[in-house]
Amino acid sequence: MRLTGDSLETPLVRFENVGLRYGTGPEVLKDLTFSIAPHSFQFLTGPSGAGKTSLLRLLFLSLRPTRGLITLFHCDATRLRRSEVSALRRRIGIVFQDFRLLDHLTTYENVALPLRVAERDEASYRSEVVELLQWVGLGERLHALPPVLSGGEKQRAAIARALISRPELLLADEPTGNVDPALARRLLRLLVELKKSGTSVLIATHDVALMDQYDAPRLVLDEGRLYSGHSGDSQA
Amino acid sequence: MNDPQLAAEARSPRDYGEPMVAHVNPILPDDTVTGRSLLAVVAIMSFLAALTVGAVEIVHVAAAEWRADVAREATIQVRPLPGRDLDADVRKAAEIAKAAAGVVDARAFTKEETERLLEPWLGAGTDLGALPVPRLVQLKVKTGAAPDFGQLRRALAEGVPNATLDDHRGFASQLATISNAVTLTGLAILALVLAAIVLSVAFATRGAVAANRAVVEVLHFVGARDSFVARIFARHFLAVGLQGGLIGGAVAAALFGLARLLANVLGTLPGGGNAASFLGHFALNARGFLWIASVAAAMAFITALSSRITVHRTLRAID
Repeated sequence: MRLTGDSLETPLVRFENVGLRYGTGPEVLKDLTFSIAPHSFQFLTGPSGAGKTSLLRLLFLSLRPTRGLITLFHCDATRLRRSEVSALRRRIGIVFQDFRLLDHLTTYENVALPLRVAERDEASYRSEVVELLQWVGLGERLHALPPVLSGGEKQRAAIARALISRPELLLADEPTGNVDPALARRLLRLLVELKKSGTSVLIATHDVALMDQYDAPRLVLDEGRLYSGHSGDSQA
Repeated sequence: MNDPQLAAEARSPRDYGEPMVAHVNPILPDDTVTGRSLLAVVAIMSFLAALTVGAVEIVHVAAAEWRADVAREATIQVRPLPGRDLDADVRKAAEIAKAAAGVVDARAFTKEETERLLEPWLGAGTDLGALPVPRLVQLKVKTGAAPDFGQLRRALAEGVPNATLDDHRGFASQLATISNAVTLTGLAILALVLAAIVLSVAFATRGAVAANRAVVEVLHFVGARDSFVARIFARHFLAVGLQGGLIGGAVAAALFGLARLLANVLGTLPGGGNAASFLGHFALNARGFLWIASVAAAMAFITALSSRITVHRTLRAID
């Protein structure tokens, strides 16, 4: 089965018959074959425990498949050296369900972290970070530490950190899981804006109401297998 | 970014003021990386290493001085034999020695001088006339152009058969052996100290990486290379190494300085001349203090390097 985003260009990501098992356990992902095109927007959905987070970890090179082929930005992801992994990760932004903000760094410093890690001079990115924080509505929380931010603010800070290095691919794991419906709609609009500016977006969520708000292809995971779907489908 | 609602929310940077960037927080929280216990370990190890290096330098310098002293002299011993005139043999031995190239002076010890040399062992006022006490001829040798001792020995055997030449080579060789043994022992102690430092730092680094595992994971997710992560850990450990090396080295240097001061004070006390001259040889010179500074710097370097290598290994293991 081959699923694609809404573009016919050479895909950024291609999975071919990918399987994954942890240790000697059963396969949690089975025969996944799909691709993510540039400038595409799609949802990854399925019930809890279906393997959404494992699939995101494969996409983010945090796990290696036990079989099959993953091509990421035209590189064979199963044969990457450690130095190549970090280079590829700089082309990918990821938003974790639990945010993974560093509590001892301010919002500004958390968002600037990818640029700091890329060893850019602080003066060269200061205005970019401030502008992005204003864009996600955190312009007045630059100096706040994560422990004093609300769930929604943390979520937006995590999104801003994923976007600051202008990634070609954005992966978001339940990006609206910790916010109220109004803020969830705003965050979704923000991610759609991002797609319009050229980034491919894959959102893992089981929030059907959220998916119904935007007409986009759906990758449906169920018991480790992938099915195609679309907005408005009750079952893929 | 053309969402009208979001655009409306966006305000000019001036509205929010410049971000507080004069002080940027370190990526690793200070209190999770290195504790005071590691600083104490590095300081103690640096102190021991500096003491060892200082002691080795002192022994090395003293042995070299002693060797140079004994190399400038040689001794002819003339044994009394029945039927021979000991005074005549001593004079002849001195003449043969003076004639040898490379001998600057040959001074024969008189009978009275010989008795004075034996006084500490036999007591004052002992009549040595009845004892077959040998007599000595002290030779001063030209520095850098030592005489042919083999030839001199043969000349003495022909002219004064009861004379033997001691060129002090045996003593000099023993001094060299002792000096080398002390140096090797010092190097072994240094190696043990360094091994202890490396192991302590490796242990502390693994602890620090484990304590900051969440930070390390986030750094990897935002594209940090292992070298970047290793560098930020190594920076913390370099600071600990510098502080520990400085403290240990400074205490050791102060101790050697105190010993030197003590030697000088003893020298000025009545009857303290011998002790002062003895301790004077054991005072650390400027090169010794430079060695101590080098040890302190090496401790800092080794601490940073060990942590860097350990971080690389730990990252490979946990990823």
